[in-house]
Amino acid sequence: MTILTLAKALNEGMRKAMEDDSKVLVMGEDVGKLGGVFRVTDGLQKDFGEQRVIDTPLAESGIIGTAIGLALRGYRPVCEIQFDGFVFPAADQIITQLAKMPLRSLGKLRLPVVVRIPCGGGIGAVEHHSESPEAYFTHTAGLRVVACSNPVDGYAMIQQAIRCEDPVVFFEPKRRYWEKAEVDVDSSDWTPFDEAKVVRQGTDATLLAYGPMVKTCLEAAKASEDDGRSLEVVDLRSLNPLDVSKVTESVRRTGRCIVVHEAPVYNGFGAEIAARVTEECFYNLQSPVLRVGGPSTPYPPSRLEDHYLPDLDRVLHAVDRAFAF
Amino acid sequence: MTADASRGAEAPPELIQLLTPEGERVEHPDYDIDLTPEEVRGLYRDLTLVRRVDLEAVALQRQGELGLWASLLGQEAAQIGSGRALTEADMAFPTYREHGVAWCRGVDPVNLLGLFRGVNHGGWDPAEHNFHLYTIVIGSQTLHAVGYAMGIQRDGAEAASIVYFGDGATSQGDVNEAFIWASVFNAPVVFFCQNNQWAISEPLEKQTRIPLYRRASGFGFPGVRVDGNDVFACLAVTRKALAEARSGQGPMLIEAFTYRMGAHTTSDDPTRYRVAAELEGWKLKDPIERVRAYMFKNQIADQDFFDAIDAEADELGRDVRKRCLALPDPEPLAIFDHVYVEPHSLMDAERAEFATYLEGFEA
Repeated sequence: MTILTLAKALNEGMRKAMEDDSKVLVMGEDVGKLGGVFRVTDGLQKDFGEQRVIDTPLAESGIIGTAIGLALRGYRPVCEIQFDGFVFPAADQIITQLAKMPLRSLGKLRLPVVVRIPCGGGIGAVEHHSESPEAYFTHTAGLRVVACSNPVDGYAMIQQAIRCEDPVVFFEPKRRYWEKAEVDVDSSDWTPFDEAKVVRQGTDATLLAYGPMVKTCLEAAKASEDDGRSLEVVDLRSLNPLDVSKVTESVRRTGRCIVVHEAPVYNGFGAEIAARVTEECFYNLQSPVLRVGGPSTPYPPSRLEDHYLPDLDRVLHAVDRAFAF
Repeated sequence: MTADASRGAEAPPELIQLLTPEGERVEHPDYDIDLTPEEVRGLYRDLTLVRRVDLEAVALQRQGELGLWASLLGQEAAQIGSGRALTEADMAFPTYREHGVAWCRGVDPVNLLGLFRGVNHGGWDPAEHNFHLYTIVIGSQTLHAVGYAMGIQRDGAEAASIVYFGDGATSQGDVNEAFIWASVFNAPVVFFCQNNQWAISEPLEKQTRIPLYRRASGFGFPGVRVDGNDVFACLAVTRKALAEARSGQGPMLIEAFTYRMGAHTTSDDPTRYRVAAELEGWKLKDPIERVRAYMFKNQIADQDFFDAIDAEADELGRDVRKRCLALPDPEPLAIFDHVYVEPHSLMDAERAEFATYLEGFEA
């Protein structure tokens, strides 16, 4: 067991993937000498060279577009988009090409490209550095969309994403980069990365979260003990596909379901979950599925972000509403 | 507002030409080509057959058998010349109009028609032909070609990629990013821009104030303008550019100066935005007629040869039509195929649901 931060766990995961397969490349802005603005790729260029760890020009569409070309030549590029709000220049390549080219080829072409995106708020950043754009990508067929929430999953999931034959959009909760945990770096006995995990068992309500909000939900579940409430927390991990059976199995037991994400509630990923849970668990529900998320506004200036981001109290408030229904 | 491209200050663009519209061979100090009579006859055959397939496809669309067709009429020389410059190991990235290049790469024309008929989005194996799928979003494929070329570099392979795009595409961000990437990484890629003067209804002046090939110098690699209706020149220029790319000398931009003699696609009506006299002027520069004139003058072929090619073209047209009409519609559940390579629970669930729904009608 090794104690790793999430950033270091991702780094070690990429390093392992690069050692295992010489076709794995890392590319993006500042990923080489600097090691990425969050140091997630720290040391990789030094050890694997400039041919495999590529500092690219500052153009996100170019990063994804050339990664597609490299994948067509048999490489497995791992692209870093420096910040969530900078992914949009690449959205065209991701949506019209990366997601659709395998289908366009009737399965003859594979694009094992990973698009890593540090996401979410909570670090006091300027505009475009705190967003949660996952719903745009979950709405695009052909992409797998996952979000890690902790070092153990980060180490495993980045390697699973790199090995996956489909393109994967990989969200990393940037404010959790410095969270630590014990990681067994020698094991590869991992839960499939499109499966959800019950990270805390409970009987009275299910909290569904992913990425940065998993920790918040675990804290909320702990705090709820004082009120005599037993909350189950499910880390969804994969948003496309969604592990529907694990979600519905939990909600059928607890009878209450609250989805928590940083992204705006309106048309957010929680809407999909609410619809599915309602459809599949209708007779088990004791209250409507509730959603906790950011207001349906642009992400605010950082002096307001504590009000914007769902926190312990916002989650507990929703729990109260679910129990009061 | 449009502006005079040169403002009168710059030298007029130079056009690389080896065969005049009248069929006269001319010399160029930097480019030459030595073709055997057999090779010339081969080029003529290519030009004629792809024009015939194109004609058949337009007719099929008019008869309601294709949803759409993007005609290559007038651009045959640019496509055959560049297409025949490729070696087997080179990789071509087309737009949706490169039917002539597809022909050179051995792609069955019926596969091209299938896309426009709507039976699939691309029915050929890109790896088998080293000819990528058609890309409909303008300019996106330029980045794929550069990335592919970066892969060639990493493999240490003796190959290059070539990417096709039009004058309109040069305004796209992706194309400019591709230029930067190719330059910075010295990628073995040839940018082959068919400037056919029109981006649907927008003339070249809406895209640029300088000749397109001169853009290359700002990105740090050479650019040339070639007579896009001269198959000899297109072959010579592309051959040299590819050889330079393969030998590590980096990218090059070729602007093939040509003309879209037909509509943008069968949905378009060029009479709304351009005058008939323009087309008449370009007909005098027809890419096939000049080769025919050259062959006659130099006794490379006789009337029997031309008759035989015409007969082959007609037979090809009939064959393509017959096989196009025989293309089966895909099964409804094919909607769910190939969206993902690996098992995907949502696809599995929706496919099963849809199958059950469809079975409900059979009872």
